[in-house]
Amino acid sequence: MPLPDTLPLIGITWADALFMTLGGVAIAASLFVVLGRDIIRNGLMLILALGALAGIYVMLGAAILAGAQVLVYIGAISVLILFAIMLTQSKAAAAKLTFQTQAIPAALIALLLTIIFAITLGTNDWKSTVFPGTPEPQGTTSTAAELFGPYLLAFEVVSVLILAAVIGGIYLAAIPRAGQIGAEDDEEVR
Amino acid sequence: MSQIAGHLEPYLVLAGILFSIGAFGFLARRNAISMLMSIELMLNAVNLSAVALGVFIPALVGQGIAFALLIIAVAAAEATVGLAIVMAIYRNRKTPLVDEYDTMRQ
Repeated sequence: MPLPDTLPLIGITWADALFMTLGGVAIAASLFVVLGRDIIRNGLMLILALGALAGIYVMLGAAILAGAQVLVYIGAISVLILFAIMLTQSKAAAAKLTFQTQAIPAALIALLLTIIFAITLGTNDWKSTVFPGTPEPQGTTSTAAELFGPYLLAFEVVSVLILAAVIGGIYLAAIPRAGQIGAEDDEEVR
Repeated sequence: MSQIAGHLEPYLVLAGILFSIGAFGFLARRNAISMLMSIELMLNAVNLSAVALGVFIPALVGQGIAFALLIIAVAAAEATVGLAIVMAIYRNRKTPLVDEYDTMRQ
């Protein structure tokens, strides 16, 4: 039995329904990340928001990027954040005030940012530059041609940056041993 | 013909909303790790807009995804160093709340 073109009863297409679902999940999970009180749940909701964004990348035809999103963001960065949460969480932290005293000005600034984005979107004529219809799913060939052509220098610099970040992260997070720089300062604390 | 998912603007609107949420979280939260999570949200919003522009604009085909891949790599490096700094400060100060890091305040 073939599926109907639009959702039954509502009359919106499947692609629209998928986009609205994924976008709604992303926005709701992001709001929970920002507003929630329990920081472990914030970390788990961050994973949900990143997963919804990976789904939107698939909708846009960028499957390679969705794979990278799942591997790097959900697999590596989120787990790193969850580990850091578990290492730094104290029992009293959840009961304490979650927001800074400047939360209301921060909300105003975020609202102002939204209005600026809306004005920018509204005043730009996107119709003249974009494809007339739904774009075809892109393979990896055009991405690879860009990444290893014009962006080759950036690609190599990023690999050196990651190496430097890994070494720096190990140096910063390691507990200093006796005789190392910073060891004396830690003695009195412990 | 889809009304929403086949156009550029809804993706940019979603990216703008996500960026604003992340900006609010970065400015308002007290926990340093929450601030890092908000930065990740903002980076993802930028990624979404880059990918949407790269997919919908013919002159940018391929570039958006390549750019987003580079942003993901830089975000991974940023998260590594940021969390290591938070851990190092936590070892000295025993708190992840940024408004209690006031050693350099006059």
